Amino acid sequence: MLTGGIIVVASFAYVGLLFAIAAYGDKRADAGRSLIANPYIYVLSLAVYCTSWTFYGSVGRAATGGIGFLAIYIGPTLMAALWWYLLLKMIRVSKANRITSIADFVASRYGKSQLLGGLVTIIAVIGIIPYIALQLKAISISFSIILQYPSVAMPPRHGAPLFIGDNTFYIAMLLAAFTILFGTRHLDATERHEGLVAAIAFESVVKLVAFVAVGVFVTYFMYDGFADIFQRAAENPQLHALVAVGGESGSYTAWGTLIVLSMFAILFLPRQFQVAVVENVDERHLNKAIWLFPLYLFAINIFVLPIALGGLMHFANGGVDADTFVLTLPISEQQASIALLAFIGGLSAATGMVIVETIALSTMVCNDLLMPVLLRLRWLRLTERRDLSRLLLGIRRGAIVVIMMLGYLYFYLAGEAYALVAIGLISFSAVAQFAPAIIGGLFWKGGTRLGAICGLSAGFLIWLYTLLLPSFAKSGWLPITFLSQGILGIDLLKPQQLFGLQGLDDISHCLFWSMFANIGLYVAISLLRRPDAAEHTQAALFVDASTRMPVTGSRFWRGSASMHDLLALVGRFLGPARAQETFDAYARQRGINDVNLLPPDADTVHHAESLLTGAIGSASARVMIASVVDEEPLGIGEVMHIIDEATQALAYSKQLEQQSRELEAATNDLRNANLRLRELDQLKDDFISTVTHELRTPLTSIRAFSEILRDNPQLPQAQRDNFLAIVIRESERLTRLINQVLDLAKVESGNTQWQEIEFDMRDVIDESINAVSQLYADSGVKLQTEMPQHAPDLVADRDRVMQVMLNLLSNAAKFCVPGEGRVYVTLSHAATTLRVDVTDNGVGISVEDQAVIFDKFRQVGDTLTQKPKGSGLGLAISRQIIDHLGGRLWVVSTPGKGATFSFTLPVRGTQTA
Amino acid sequence: MSSTILVAEDDPSILISIEFLLRNAGYHVLTADDGVRAWHAFETQQPALVVLDIMLPTLDGLALCRRIRESRRQQPKVLMLSARGLEADIEKGLQQGADAYLRKPFGTHEFLQTVARLLTPLHSQ
Repeated sequence: MLTGGIIVVASFAYVGLLFAIAAYGDKRADAGRSLIANPYIYVLSLAVYCTSWTFYGSVGRAATGGIGFLAIYIGPTLMAALWWYLLLKMIRVSKANRITSIADFVASRYGKSQLLGGLVTIIAVIGIIPYIALQLKAISISFSIILQYPSVAMPPRHGAPLFIGDNTFYIAMLLAAFTILFGTRHLDATERHEGLVAAIAFESVVKLVAFVAVGVFVTYFMYDGFADIFQRAAENPQLHALVAVGGESGSYTAWGTLIVLSMFAILFLPRQFQVAVVENVDERHLNKAIWLFPLYLFAINIFVLPIALGGLMHFANGGVDADTFVLTLPISEQQASIALLAFIGGLSAATGMVIVETIALSTMVCNDLLMPVLLRLRWLRLTERRDLSRLLLGIRRGAIVVIMMLGYLYFYLAGEAYALVAIGLISFSAVAQFAPAIIGGLFWKGGTRLGAICGLSAGFLIWLYTLLLPSFAKSGWLPITFLSQGILGIDLLKPQQLFGLQGLDDISHCLFWSMFANIGLYVAISLLRRPDAAEHTQAALFVDASTRMPVTGSRFWRGSASMHDLLALVGRFLGPARAQETFDAYARQRGINDVNLLPPDADTVHHAESLLTGAIGSASARVMIASVVDEEPLGIGEVMHIIDEATQALAYSKQLEQQSRELEAATNDLRNANLRLRELDQLKDDFISTVTHELRTPLTSIRAFSEILRDNPQLPQAQRDNFLAIVIRESERLTRLINQVLDLAKVESGNTQWQEIEFDMRDVIDESINAVSQLYADSGVKLQTEMPQHAPDLVADRDRVMQVMLNLLSNAAKFCVPGEGRVYVTLSHAATTLRVDVTDNGVGISVEDQAVIFDKFRQVGDTLTQKPKGSGLGLAISRQIIDHLGGRLWVVSTPGKGATFSFTLPVRGTQTA
Repeated sequence: MSSTILVAEDDPSILISIEFLLRNAGYHVLTADDGVRAWHAFETQQPALVVLDIMLPTLDGLALCRRIRESRRQQPKVLMLSARGLEADIEKGLQQGADAYLRKPFGTHEFLQTVARLLTPLHSQ
């Protein structure tokens, strides 16, 4: 027999067991041997997604809509496939920025905006209240029903007065008490609750076992297995549609809507964010969760249809709410133990949700809604209080009670008009409003605070108007004309046919309009204005989370602070002892023995801010830090510059990667061309530097002698003449150099006028030899020529060819040993070319030098031998000329045995003939 | 007694001008047109000041300066000259132990003032 006493004792025993598990989990965590540091506990804690909606509501939904109930499990299953990317990024961002709630996440992303944090909190609280009401309703109904054991009776509607005397009110208060005991025993800088997670994981096991037990009982004991149930249902004309796909299982739009909503819900419900992101201890756990979590969903859904069909056939005369089949079927079969297990399972599903959800919400209310306001109220003098940690705990506890009360009120006002699932979907639709701001914020740097605020507000207001208010109207708390005629009697404003949109179920209708407004405003307003400095900084931290692992804001901070102020500030929120402890640890980590020796630099301030963020949220932490730190604001220009720099560096490195890949694939030609380009660049630098040197040297003499002549008017005439001669000679040298540089530039750029004249090469050689005869005589070098009797005429620029000859002849003389020099000039010709060789018996040119002497200013023997006279431009110009004329200029040399410079020129036979 | 100054410079025109300037100012002047000759002159004559072109054949000014600084002989003042005038050259010159540095082309007054300054006993303490 099940008496009320047994049920109450069993319930309390169950809750007591939860406390024991939580306490054990906390103890293990304190001892450093975490109970939850394995992926299975993580997956089970994620299953807090399955609430009494799943436990009772799925069967109810299946009894009216067939397999339509599955949509909200398909969404999470699909999303699980994206976890390795999306959730991983959220976890990394949150860990790096010590984010402790979804409100904090959004606020932090958009420049640590208090306004946005508050807005998200309000939306979450109002949005989640129906969901909490749903749990209260489930517990309340299941309790009333099991109390009637062994008879099956539905609890009366609106029987109880408000508050006093209403079982549901006491249940709500008890749940609030549990939650306070579970979640707010102490204030943690990281807002992590290891014991709680362990208890939640345990609850997930209990509800799964209970549901499967009922399923097995119904399927195999009341009926003869799956086949039997489906067979019988198919034969029943009223049930036929339920087991046929595409029948009444809902339109495709409704399916799509539910899948999308549940995809968002699994990520953005405050409790899912709490267990999946905040309580995550190791991001590698995701790898297992990606396939294990869908498996859990699958397991808990296997028996939904059999129970629904079994219930419909068993209670064929009606009168039993399908939402209660999980409980009423065992009761009607007088199975006390299974009924009790089902009740405990439902209790675990509901309590798990309520506890985690209200803890998450209370953290948000405290950190993102109340603290920012309280800290601003100067008359409270909060910023001067020494220890605020007790106040913080008090606020959170108060918030838990208030949220539970609101849930109770919603249950009382609107709970009766809807089935469990319908209530839950109202909450899902509210939470879905976070999607644009969060997903956009993770992948689009252009999203701005104003865009997020406008999008969220618009989406939320539409949700309020098209879903929440109608739920009150349907329960009779608003005039029903609100639904049928719209506000002020304007047809276009009918809340469930907004702007004349018809043919959608109310959830799809709300999703369509709210997302339309939300996404539209978020994108449009974000595009209107560039993000400011703070938004830019945070956007980069979020969007680039995967690429820049150690995220710190230090680069973007300049200012000064005192260690004493920082310690006192953190102490106010965490308690002085804990603050000292964490700073000690931080100092040790930085290799400093004494906290007071810590430099109050960007890293330390950042550390203090992240500690505070854990306790009071990012936006409030920002304000508090700013109150003790003398900060220099960074201008948008500076931040942009820093970011641009980083972006460029990133782009540059990406470009290099790409380049190196291409290079590997490319041929040797490309590699050589690259080398050549780099060399040319270096040559250009050398060229400039050398030209400068070559210009300064004659200028030095010119200036020195000019000043000497000015300052010494009494100098003897002979010496004056001598000095003036030097000035003139150096000026000529300067002029020559400038001309050669210009000449080279001209030849290189192709701007030279080339004159085409027909001439005999032998004449040119003779003339050149004549021109250098004095030089050769002076240096004692003997010159011999060897030319054929007849040579074909050339058509080219005669002066330029002469310039090359003179250059080669004077070079040859320079490299000869004075007095022993021999230079031979030979002319020869083949069918199409004419060739000139100038051979000397000088010092010769080493192999390395042969490769570079045709470059500008490469003078051989700079240091090893006497420096040759000349600008070092002659050979470079000569080669340019010969190249231009279609010939080739090269050198062959054995060091120590002289060198032969040769060039060829093409003979244009047709013209000479 | 006039100070002995060693001038190491490979450009003949500049060498003539410096030689004239210093003699005219009453100094005893030695000249060398490459690094090795300058080293020998330093070793045998012990000048009070070495005027050193940075780009000398056979042994460049920087190397010569270092060798002078590493030698056990009486340490002269070193005035470095360069036509390239790059900041890096100035730095290198001073690192190798030069006492002063002039960029070509220099004014004769500036040059003589620098020489005089380097040779005043006050400066050398």
